[in-house]
Amino acid sequence: MTTPTVMRGCLIEARDITKSFGQTPALRGASVAVAGGEILAIMGPSGSGKSTLLHCLAGIFTPDRGEVWFDGSRLDTMSEADRTRLRRTAFGFVFQFGQLVPELTAADNVALPLLLNRVSRRAAYKSAGSWLDRLGLGDKGGRRTGELSGGEAQRVAIARALGLGPALIFADEPTGSLDSLTGEKVMELLVALAREGGTTVVLVTHDARVAAYADRVVLVRDGVVSVDMGSATAAAVSARAVN
Amino acid sequence: MSVPLTLLGLLEREPSHGYDLKRDYDTYFGRGKQLPFGQVYATLGRLARDGMVVAGPEPGDGPERKRYAITDTGKDEVDAWLADPVEPEPHLQTVLFAKVTLALMLGKPAAAYLDAQRAAHLRRMKDLTELKRTGSLVDVILADHGLFHLEADLRWIDLTSARLTDLAAALIPEAAPEPDKRERNK
Repeated sequence: MTTPTVMRGCLIEARDITKSFGQTPALRGASVAVAGGEILAIMGPSGSGKSTLLHCLAGIFTPDRGEVWFDGSRLDTMSEADRTRLRRTAFGFVFQFGQLVPELTAADNVALPLLLNRVSRRAAYKSAGSWLDRLGLGDKGGRRTGELSGGEAQRVAIARALGLGPALIFADEPTGSLDSLTGEKVMELLVALAREGGTTVVLVTHDARVAAYADRVVLVRDGVVSVDMGSATAAAVSARAVN
Repeated sequence: MSVPLTLLGLLEREPSHGYDLKRDYDTYFGRGKQLPFGQVYATLGRLARDGMVVAGPEPGDGPERKRYAITDTGKDEVDAWLADPVEPEPHLQTVLFAKVTLALMLGKPAAAYLDAQRAAHLRRMKDLTELKRTGSLVDVILADHGLFHLEADLRWIDLTSARLTDLAAALIPEAAPEPDKRERNK
């Protein structure tokens, strides 16, 4: 494996990746690099390829061409088993819908990834309780997630994503199904806890008010990253990464 | 922001001195642009002249200070102002529209100008989001107002970016794309 030339402090990077679904191109040479500890928002119109880019970065999709690097390793050429392991241990996911098991309780859902990673049952549920407490859901651990409100369910999803102590969280429209005030609270918690733990976040959103929580915003158009709106807080991100 | 009517509204709570009025104005409405003392007293003088407030000296040992109280006429004025919808002010769109139109007419990069504006808007939204995190509830409400307006501008910027080819064709007929190309840009 060759050593990649990555931006300093870069944790994950897509290099000139293309991805088509049948005859329909979704990405046409997209490149983006995300620094450790950075919160990056990917914006773009519907069908621009922003979610496909996130899925390629997360190793869920394999690009047709180009490279994806994570922490010095080539992600796109890894075996499926290795990528699955990485997704279980290093990545957390917060999506708009469907990542929780509605028949299980909030505590079960948060503990589940830990149990899959062979953490003892006792330790997994202790950790789950602690994360639910931090997200203001200490009294909802025994409730089935299908009975929770949208905002509560997204907070459970954040607890589940952060419970593993991931290096990186991928969030695809995490507030897409929530009203403004609930969405704002979910974003505040996600960003505050990610910053506290030095966790990198890659966030896809069409909502500029959600993107405003990020350190940096890039715009995807027609399958390429067309505008990098820079970082007003690059120094702050670097400082967090160092700390 | 109407300074006279806002001061008048503050006076409707209770009679007050110029100094206290300025302090309250700056606390609730100043946000980065404090009201000069001179403007406070000049405004109160005009309100008194127009019968909206009355000023009286306050007895005490210290230097004489005027205490202002709102009149019934002033209260009517505040009621009418509050009930009157605020004039929508599409200033940004007007300026941006002029810039985009001129850029297209002059063959300059209108899309790049819109991208620069989008970036500036997002930076401002980021500042306001940070203000919400660190500020009081009053700051949060004010920042929300700014954020929703900026978001509306951004939607206009996005839609205009998507329509640039058609707009160029409308402004400069000879620059119109081939029919099949125009179809794709709809």
